[in-house]
Amino acid sequence: MGYLRKVVAIVWKDIRAELRTKEMFSAMFVLALLVMVVFNFAFDLRVGGERVRQVAPGALWVAFAFAGVLGLNRAFVLERDRGCLEGLLLAPVDHTAIYFGKMLSTGLFMLAVEALTLPVFTAFFGVNLFDLRLVWVVLLGTWGFAGAGTLLSAMTAQTRAREVLLPILLLPVAAPVLIAAVKATAGLLDGLAPGEIAPWLRVLAAFDLIFPAIAFMTFDYVLKE
Amino acid sequence: MRQKKDTGLIGLTALSAAMMMAALYLALAGAPEANLKSETGRLAQRIIYFHIPTAWVGFLAFFVTFAAGVGYLRTQARRWDIVALASAEIGTAFMLGVLLSGSIWARPAWGVWWVWDERLTLSLIQFLVYAGYLMLRGTVEDPARRARFAAVYGIAAFVSVPINFIAIRLWRTQHPLMFGAEKGGLSPEMMFAFFFCLIAFTLWYAALLGHRIRLERLRDEVEAVKQNM
Repeated sequence: MGYLRKVVAIVWKDIRAELRTKEMFSAMFVLALLVMVVFNFAFDLRVGGERVRQVAPGALWVAFAFAGVLGLNRAFVLERDRGCLEGLLLAPVDHTAIYFGKMLSTGLFMLAVEALTLPVFTAFFGVNLFDLRLVWVVLLGTWGFAGAGTLLSAMTAQTRAREVLLPILLLPVAAPVLIAAVKATAGLLDGLAPGEIAPWLRVLAAFDLIFPAIAFMTFDYVLKE
Repeated sequence: MRQKKDTGLIGLTALSAAMMMAALYLALAGAPEANLKSETGRLAQRIIYFHIPTAWVGFLAFFVTFAAGVGYLRTQARRWDIVALASAEIGTAFMLGVLLSGSIWARPAWGVWWVWDERLTLSLIQFLVYAGYLMLRGTVEDPARRARFAAVYGIAAFVSVPINFIAIRLWRTQHPLMFGAEKGGLSPEMMFAFFFCLIAFTLWYAALLGHRIRLERLRDEVEAVKQNM
């Protein structure tokens, strides 16, 4: 079996498990909705309001990031239940295949939540988010967030603090992703020229490459017993 | 063996203590007054002799943690983990020192305790990243696993520094080099004081690192003795 097929097998396993319960997806989506509601209270956001344009990109990415942390936390904590992780480790696959499988499955869950959140956001706040270029920003941002998050989540799931520790480690480490994604989204909403958005996309691309590369080199040590 | 090592550490400590005293004198009195209009400004300017070396030690310490992490993953030797831990603790403390001394300077110079300038933001994020490092270490019981996780996180954390720097710099283009002009304006005597402080702080870091490593080794010895009883 090729490396890629092993990765796909792990992704498919996670998707099937999730389709049976839909636990994680509903929790992530509801949290994303709640973040929007909280932002509405905090900044008095409403359709046609003056602050909406300034706050919208940040509110959107806070919703994505929080939903992402929730999903990333479950990715490995779920596997600790009844020795699933041991089973996964016994499988004849390279440990890095587990990393990429988990990163892709969590990334896909995040993308599914984001695909639902974007139209809801458009309806709630009257900011038109139907822009094909925004899809690229969301893809790059989600990839980077999941890339760093999967590496850290594999560690925090094996600590005493478990769920508590992941956001504390991930949010500062993934700060460049959040800064770049928010600025690129804001640039698109403000109709800036592609040349002004490009630097942010480059930051995202750099992060998206570097973190999976670090994970590729170090993931063996994270899962070693 | 231990005796000999301790002599070296005592010597280093004594040297760094003497250098730090001299650095304190230079920073507070020895260095010439800056060419600034207000009295407060002239006094506040003297903080750079301590503030910038503190920042330097912070970043140096995080680099050592990164390098020791790589060393640990390659050799699985406890001594690398001890170096990584010692350096991360010192670096975090110095990073806090940077944030505090920067705030103390910003109040008279800018009129506010804090601005979201690129360097301030980067320092704050660095501090939080390494506070996370220490928390991660605190929540893993098994020593070998703790060392592996810390090494992986230390590497990831350090590699994120340049990307963070680029992102924050792009984000805050409206605040160009706030320190740049001032640093170029140092006279030769001020330069001497500044570099003297830089060397003194680096030696101080080395001495602290030596003490922290020694402490951790002693702790290991006590653990071993307890196991044998």
